[in-house]
Amino acid sequence: MLRFITRRLGISVLIIVLAVSLMFGMIHMIPGDPTSVILGPRATPELRAELNQRMGLDQPMAVQLGRFLGKVARGDLGEDPFSQRPVAEIVFEQLPFTLILVFTAIGAATLLGVPLGCFSAIRRDSWLDRASAVLSVAFIAIPSFVVALYALLLFSVRWQWFPAIGAGESGDIADQVHHLVLPAMALGLGWVGYIARLVRSSMLEVMEENHVRTARAFGLPEHVIIGRYALRIAILPTVTILGLGIGTMLSGALFAEIVFSRPGIGKLLHEAVMTRNYPVVMGSVLVTTVFFVVSTLVSDILNAILDPRLRGAGDQQ
Amino acid sequence: MSRAKLLRPDGLLISTWRKLRRDPLGMFGLIIVLLIGVLTVFAPWLAPYDPNEVDVYSRLLPPSGDHWLGTDQLGRDIYSRLLWGGRVAMKVSLLAISVSMAIGIALGMLAGYGPRWLDRILVVTFDTIRSFPTIMFALAIVALVGSSLNTVIVIIIIASIPIYGRVVRTQTLALRDRDFILAERAMGASTVRILFRHVMPNIAAPLFILASMDVPVVVGMEAGLSFLGLGVKPPTPSWGSILNDGYSYIRNSPWPIIAGGIPLILVTLGFTFFGESLRDIFDPKLRKKG
Repeated sequence: MLRFITRRLGISVLIIVLAVSLMFGMIHMIPGDPTSVILGPRATPELRAELNQRMGLDQPMAVQLGRFLGKVARGDLGEDPFSQRPVAEIVFEQLPFTLILVFTAIGAATLLGVPLGCFSAIRRDSWLDRASAVLSVAFIAIPSFVVALYALLLFSVRWQWFPAIGAGESGDIADQVHHLVLPAMALGLGWVGYIARLVRSSMLEVMEENHVRTARAFGLPEHVIIGRYALRIAILPTVTILGLGIGTMLSGALFAEIVFSRPGIGKLLHEAVMTRNYPVVMGSVLVTTVFFVVSTLVSDILNAILDPRLRGAGDQQ
Repeated sequence: MSRAKLLRPDGLLISTWRKLRRDPLGMFGLIIVLLIGVLTVFAPWLAPYDPNEVDVYSRLLPPSGDHWLGTDQLGRDIYSRLLWGGRVAMKVSLLAISVSMAIGIALGMLAGYGPRWLDRILVVTFDTIRSFPTIMFALAIVALVGSSLNTVIVIIIIASIPIYGRVVRTQTLALRDRDFILAERAMGASTVRILFRHVMPNIAAPLFILASMDVPVVVGMEAGLSFLGLGVKPPTPSWGSILNDGYSYIRNSPWPIIAGGIPLILVTLGFTFFGESLRDIFDPKLRKKG
């Protein structure tokens, strides 16, 4: 077990170091020298020379990369050339907005998906079961930004039930929740069906098991059997999927933030790409990568704890 | 010769077709897949207008007999633009999927059949690529090298190789110690012959299913990047850029978004249902759990 965790941890660190080096390499791969890229149109010979020295660009590549990695490890992501503020500060200002969105979406999807999956398993082949089978496949496949656009069109432009722009007044919780509904729905909708299908299939498996049969033989009421004995075990595979879901939702969050003009890492990244603000692009990609890698790691470890069969699976599967 | 007869590719096709015909969702998927294929191949003849023809007098019109799906902010016919946009989507998915599948097959076989150290390196590489948030990295790369359809294709290829590589590796590993492969090796067959004559036919079905399920992912990625203004360059129509135009004028007319989303929804549903149905046919074990 410990070996599995250290191995996965090692791979995760490797991935993050690789990501940082890749970003570093890309900045150096682009034609022209990095100072003029970073300074953009404001580049004058004096500014360039100064930046060259400040960034240590006169040093050999390996030294530069080492320094860069060291700085990143200390949480120094460089400086935004436009506002002169540290990139780390800018990124961590936006991160909470994205996290709230992602966690709301996955939370809501779980709250809807688990009962739906449970019901589908108990009333197998009922119309609700069949409908959820088709709809879940459908909503997983449709790109989330299309769902976001349709939601925006219908619920805020046509019916004006929900606001279309921003994250709400800071301090006004009701207003913030109101702003959160549509983006979270667009992001989480695909996951409702996915979670429901997962819960359904593991429920069907668990309902056949001995302890459930015993509970039934004791004459326990059906809702106790389902709630206390079956679901408790059937929910485990879903828990591990959620970690993975949080990671993949980051990409979906990017689109939701852009469509609903909501602050967050995705919107920050998109704006930085459009203005060619390289330090901010690098900073936000790095922070998301770390977040993504950590959530995958947590879900892998949870999975291994819950399902011993998978522990050695890193190389067999 | 007798081996070829045993495989009987026509028999497999016919039996697959028989099973598929009994699955309404799979048939729905197949019809959509065929429809999209026909529409995109014949787009130049089917499109009633030039997709880039600007007509300022008929801006943002609702659907009518003249413009089946309305017009956009420059008075361009949305139906024609969607047909041409389908060509972009299909070009990207065909190119990206075939190239990443070819590389994935090569690397996956190498990992599954080659020496152990190579296998380890390849598996770690696959895991590493899969651990990056693709869209985020795509954005960073586009920021550096500039937006173009080719950049998008390369990014999708790199991101998809591990999907195919891992499946091919698992299947190859499962096959390498089977009796018929051992027998073949004992008779002195070369590695290349074993891999392409014996391993390949056995992994073709799962790969085909995987590719079918991968089309929505690739189409969604291209549309997503074009929606962000990072894919095709204007005025080239892409489903993503049509949606982006519609998004900018969402308060003036709902039609560009309504119409622009339909092909994306149809393609994703069609290929997913088709792929799911094929998976059920080739791997009935999965069906029970549903």
